[in-house]
Parts: sequence; C-alpha cells; structure tokens
Amino acid sequence: MFYDITLYVCLAISGIGLLYKIFTWLHRGIGMKAANITTSTRIIAAIKGILRTVFSAQILTLIKVFILDVLFQARILKEDFLRWLMHMFIFWGFMLLLLMHAMDGIITQPLFPEYASTLNPFMFLRDLFGFLVIIGIGIAVYRRFILKVPRLKTNAIDHYAIIILAVIMLSGIFLEGLKITSYSRYQEMVDEYGGIDDEKELEALETLWVAEFEVASPRIRKTFDEEILEMGRDLHQMSCASCHSRPKWAFTGFAVAKIFKPFALALDRANIRVFLWHIHFLACFLGLAYLPFSKMFHIFATPVSLLANSVMNRETSDPANIATKQVMELDACTHCCTCSLRCSVAVALNKIDNVNILPSEKMVFLKAYAADKNLDDNALKAIQEGIYLCTNCDRCTVVCPSGINLRDLWLDVREDFIQKGYPVLMTLSPFSFFRGLNKRDLDSEYYRQPLDQAQMAVAEKCELINKPDKVVPLTPMNTEFKEKVGLSSQADTYTYCFSCENCTTVCPVVENFENPQESLDLLPHQIMRSVGLGLTDLALGSKMLWNCLTCYQCQEHCPQGVKVTDILYELKNLAVKEIRVA
Amino acid sequence: MMKFALYLGCNIPARVQQYDMSARAVLDMLDVELVDIREFNCCGYPIRNTDFEAFVLFSARNLALAEKQGLDILTLCQCCFGSLKKADHLMKEDTSLRDKINALLAKEGLSYNGSIEVKHFLSVLHKDVGIAGLKEKIVRGFKDLKIATHYGCHTLRPSDITQFDNPVAPVLFDQLVEATGAKSIDWPLKLECCGAPLLGVNDDLSMDLTEKKLINGKQSGADFLCVACPYCHLQFDTVQSMMRSVRAMDHHLPSILFSQLLGLVMGIDGKNLGINMNQIDIGGMEAFLSQE
Repeated sequence: MFYDITLYVCLAISGIGLLYKIFTWLHRGIGMKAANITTSTRIIAAIKGILRTVFSAQILTLIKVFILDVLFQARILKEDFLRWLMHMFIFWGFMLLLLMHAMDGIITQPLFPEYASTLNPFMFLRDLFGFLVIIGIGIAVYRRFILKVPRLKTNAIDHYAIIILAVIMLSGIFLEGLKITSYSRYQEMVDEYGGIDDEKELEALETLWVAEFEVASPRIRKTFDEEILEMGRDLHQMSCASCHSRPKWAFTGFAVAKIFKPFALALDRANIRVFLWHIHFLACFLGLAYLPFSKMFHIFATPVSLLANSVMNRETSDPANIATKQVMELDACTHCCTCSLRCSVAVALNKIDNVNILPSEKMVFLKAYAADKNLDDNALKAIQEGIYLCTNCDRCTVVCPSGINLRDLWLDVREDFIQKGYPVLMTLSPFSFFRGLNKRDLDSEYYRQPLDQAQMAVAEKCELINKPDKVVPLTPMNTEFKEKVGLSSQADTYTYCFSCENCTTVCPVVENFENPQESLDLLPHQIMRSVGLGLTDLALGSKMLWNCLTCYQCQEHCPQGVKVTDILYELKNLAVKEIRVA
Repeated sequence: MMKFALYLGCNIPARVQQYDMSARAVLDMLDVELVDIREFNCCGYPIRNTDFEAFVLFSARNLALAEKQGLDILTLCQCCFGSLKKADHLMKEDTSLRDKINALLAKEGLSYNGSIEVKHFLSVLHKDVGIAGLKEKIVRGFKDLKIATHYGCHTLRPSDITQFDNPVAPVLFDQLVEATGAKSIDWPLKLECCGAPLLGVNDDLSMDLTEKKLINGKQSGADFLCVACPYCHLQFDTVQSMMRSVRAMDHHLPSILFSQLLGLVMGIDGKNLGINMNQIDIGGMEAFLSQE
C-alpha cells in the first residue's frame, strides 16, 4: 500500500515535472532573439518542425544519430575512452536494470513466462547490470576526485547524481545479500510455497538451504548428513527449484552474503532486510520524482539535443525553433566539462579569477539565468567578461558529447549581456572580430552600442580629451602615471621621442581620415608626448588608442627606437584597469 | 625529415579549414612532419589589448607544451606568429616576467625555458625546405598569372622580434610565389595592414583599409591576392564578399592562400586544397596552370 502510493505519487511528480520542463523549453528564452517570439509561435513552430523532419529523408539522419550517438555514444568515445567506458557501464547497466528488474511485471514477465528474479539467467543478469553501474560510478568518482581531470568542476548537481545512483545500487546489492542469508525470509517462503508439514522434511529442506543456499539458520549448524541432504534436495526439486538458482550466480549479493554471514542472524532479527528494502525503493522513487529537476534529466534532454542538432542549423531552421532548442540545450548539458578542457581561452583562468570564462560554467550560469533573470552587479560584470573572453574557435561545439551547439548559443546570448549595464572594454579588441563577421546576423540598431559605450566609458574618465581648450599646467606632472607605463621592459622607450612625427606619417589609420585629429583626438606622436608629459587623460582617452591596428608601422619606422605600438598596447591595458577599478 | 608542432590557432579550425587542409597536404609532400598538440590554446593575441600578462601567459603555455615535446612550432597564422614570437622574446629576455608566468604555468605542471623556435609557414618553406627543395616537388607551373603578395603585419613587424625578412623591402613571399611560375607584381600597398584587427571594433575603418588595398592591387594589375594568414584571408575573402552588399562595390580581387597556390603546382587536387571553400570563387585559378 505504502509502496503503491509512493510509486504513483512519484510517477505523477515525474510526469508533471517532465511536462513542466518541456513547457520551459517552449516558454523561456535566452538571448536577444528569443525575447520577441511568443510561446504559441514556438509551440506551432516546434510541431511543424518535428513533423516536417520525421516525414522526410532526414529521418535517416535521426536514426543514424540515435544509434551512433545516443545508444553507442560515439561522441564520448571520440573524446576519452575511460569516460566512454564509465558512461556506457552506467547507461547500459541502469537501462537494462530498469527494463528487466524494475519493470519486470510489465516487461520481463510477459516476455518470459518462466521469469523469476531469483532464477538464472535473470538472477545473474541483474547482478551483472548492477555491477556494471557500480564500476561506472567508481570510474566517475575516480575521475572527479582522484584523477582530478583538468578543469572538471564538480558541483551539487554532480554530487547528487553520483550519490543517488550509488544509494540505489548499493542498497539493492546489500538487500539481495541479506535476503540470501535471511532466515525469516526463508521461513516465509516455506510457509507460502512449501506445503510441508512433516518436521523431518522441514529440517531436511532447511539443511539443504543452509548447505547450498547460504541461509543462516539458528538451529542447523555446519555438519550435514548426506541422507538428510538428499531428502532436502528432493523437496527442493518439488517446491523451490522452479524459481531458485544457486545464489552464487547473484555474485554481488552473494559476496555480501558471505561477508555478513557471521552476523546474519542478528541482522535478520533486527529486520535490516526490510529497512534496506525501504531504502532501495524509496531511493528509486526519489530519483524518479526528482529526475526532471536533476542532472539525470539529461537522459531525456541529451538525446533530444543530439537529434535536434543533427538536423537543425542557423541558416535554414525557424528562429522560433532555434530559441526553443537553446533552452532545451541547457538541460542537455551534463556538466561533463569537456568544453572547458578543450577551451582555447580557459588558460585565462590562471590569471583572471572568473569561472564564467569556462564554457561549462557559463552553462551553469545560463541555466540559472534562464529561470531567473535578475542579476546583481557582480554577477553581471562577471558574465559580461566571461562571455566576451572567447575567440569563437568552435572547439566547445565540436567536442560536446551532448551535441550542444555552443557556438550559436554564445553568439545569441553574448549580445544580450553586452547590451546591458556595464561597458565591456574587451569589445574594443580583436575579440570582436567574430562579431564583426556576423554583423548581418545581429540587430543593426544595437550593433554599435556596446562599442560606443566602451569608448565613452574611457573618454568620460579623461577630462582633457573632452576639453581641448583647457590650459594645462606644466607642473606638477603625473609621475605616478609615468611609472605605470613600463610594465614591459621596452615601454619606457617613450622618453626617446623627439616628435619627428614619423609614426604619425606612416600610420594607415591616420592616413585614412581627412581630418585625423578630429576623428582620432590625438595622433600617435602626440600620444607619445602625452606620456612623456605625464598627461594621463590625453594618453588614455583618445580614440586613436582604440583604433590602432597594431600593424607596427609606427614602431618599425621610429628613428629613435620608441616602441610605439607596444606603448599603445600598454596604454590600452592601463585604461582597462582604471575602468575596472572604478 | 623536419618535424614541427603545428599551431593552428583559433580561426583556422573554425573558419579557414581550407588553410589547414592545404598546408597539411603541401607539407606532407615536402616531407615536413606535423605533430598536433591538442592542449594548445589561443595565442593571446586578442587579449593583449586588455591584459598584457594574460597575453604572455597564453602564448607561453603553448611554447611550454611544444617545448615539453622538444618540438619547434610551425604556425600558419601571422597574428599567432607575432604573439608567440613576442612572448618567446619576453620569456627569454625579461627574467622577472618569466618567473611570474612560469609560476602561473606551474599550476598545470608546465614551464617554459626558451629552448624552442617559432616559425611561420612561409619561413619554413623558404628557409628550411628552400626554393630549390620546393621546385623539386613542383610538377606544373602558372602562366601569365599576376599575384599581389600580401605580407601581413605581424610576421614582418616589429622586425627585431619577428626576424622574418627585411621589414621595408621583403622578398621572401615574392620568391615563393615566383617559384610557382606566377608573377609577383609590385604594388604600393603591399606591406600595409589588411584591416582585420579593427573588424568588429570600427567596421568602417576596417573596410576602408581593405578596400584601399583591393583597389590598389587591382590597379597594379593583380589577378589574385595571395595571403598566408587566416585573419588576412577572412578579411579579403569573407569581408570582401560582405562589402559587396554593405558598400555596393565590387573590386573583385579574390584572395588565395599560399598553401592553395603552391598545392596546385605541386599537382595536388583542388578538392584537397579546399579551393571550393573560399567565399569568393577562385576556381578560375586553375585556368592559369600550364599543362605540361
């Protein structure tokens, strides 16, 4: 009764959770594009898209991907053999247990009328599957906590997944072990199926079960009479054999039985067996109920992601479906951190303390953000930096075992964050190259906004840039500033500048403007002089600085050996630092 | 047999795969062995604007990874080349910076001790393989093909760091192009920037510079631009084709990667050089091949 009620309650929670999750895929949005698409549009687009794909030649692609990537998990194998082994063990072990053991009444029984969980091959297979899962969990623990795979971050959802699986498996194995030795269980079974009244016969059967089936009996001890055993064997053949194979075939439970044999009677009297049975099914039901809200939900979402991404692309798919897919992909992420391991810029984490640089942690952030869009200042600044510090090298997308199209996700989500709140100075660097290449794909109205905002933020801090007429006292100079320019061994070469203007003459940027000073504020030689004079504002605030190509023409042509381009680089660094401090 | 760690950087695997394909095909025929180091990261070029030390750290990690395997680095990208060379120089010259960076690298059990060399693809072809070595493998030649070589900034300058060629009157790239039978034309803007560093920052300025080069190359009689950097190539290929609609102009001076140009005269099939992967069609190139 208790069992049935909890089962149905948990099933209901799980089912409602699943529906809720699918609703969030269709309702929530991340990225600027998704904001303008209504849920109803997305539902219709999704149905149309699915039908159109299923009834077309693309169904072959889906079948191929389902076999290769979902069932065989080739994308994990390509990355890391040990991880593939781990996941195959857990996946296949768990799935087969679910089908053969947990759902035996619905599946195994109808298929095999002679089925009994304690009869081979089922008894052996149940233990084998469980054993596979245990090995898989062992590898997972080893990778995360002993091997410490680089950049593999472990958080609460990962702990939960490992723990719930471990509890289900271990409770099952211990339950089996205690059941093998349990005298009370033995007696229940004899009462129910034995139909034996004769005391001698009862003793004979019990002797056999103590001798060959590991039952721990309070009255029958180690020495066995062959005649009694023979009688027991006949009775066993009559009443038990059709449902019971020898317990050694249940090798994991058998091992437990062997180990705990000395305490078996005490454990049986304390009713530990029933306790474990409760733990086992409650853990299963908890896992079931919580499934849509835990990492385990990837059992559904990841295959969907793999399948969807095999037939969808940015150019031809309905933007409404892309929006839906991108929310779904957040659930498909298993936080396996392969993306972070392969990330081209992850090394930045050694210098810049911001986990949002790692793609896997951006996914963690986005998951939370999709549900609750309120961000505090620090979180916003961190994600702005993390999301822009990316060279769009595509490695994350190429290696993701869940097939998530991280490239498109970053492109869409990045816009959302850089348009918000704080100036992102990194937009004034080659990190923007990819954004420039994809300009046509972005909202032209807002395209310049982050760039202008960053440029403004620098200029605002530099009063002199905005007041060209202001009279500047020659003393005191900002000597502190002059000391700062010199981070690299070459930067203090600015002192050699005698304003020959060669740098400005050869600069292709200066040459591009009819009135360069108006467009660029200061010309390269003027910047060099500003540094020499300690005029911080002029040195840091001019547009010239951020329009420098770093083509090194100026530096190459300086007769005085001033490292002009390197100094411009350093000034940009200083400006960024000042803004960050502010 | 020469052996290098191939450093691809970020653009090539994502956006200029034909460069990867064609360079591998060509180097394979020239008996240059390439080793892929999967742990390589970004060279740090884009982060140099905002964080100098992070930039050095990025490059130094790559140098350290190659050093660990005792391999010199061969890079196809000129911006990667410039960054790696700069960092290599700093790690050799600036001891306090080296200690600082190596302390950061030590977190991953790495350190860089300055024992390897960084080379650009063009240098390897010119200096290590040599023009004579190239010619041995060249089976066909271009006829009447006029090429404008685009040297690219970050291999040439700053010359004291890059040590690539004479920064004011370089000949290396021209000699390589002429080895294919094509004529390398003189053009005034040969050594100027392609404009790519400002794409996404100041698109108008970036495209102005690109357009100037296209006009100048065309006026000087070039049939194609030849490049050896993914940034330059994207600028002259993808961005040039974007500019047709954005700027309503068409100077039509397609860009070909040097590895593609060389591959064609070495008799490598155009498909294996990714000839059809350029945005602006360069299929016409093969018409200039002599038939013997």
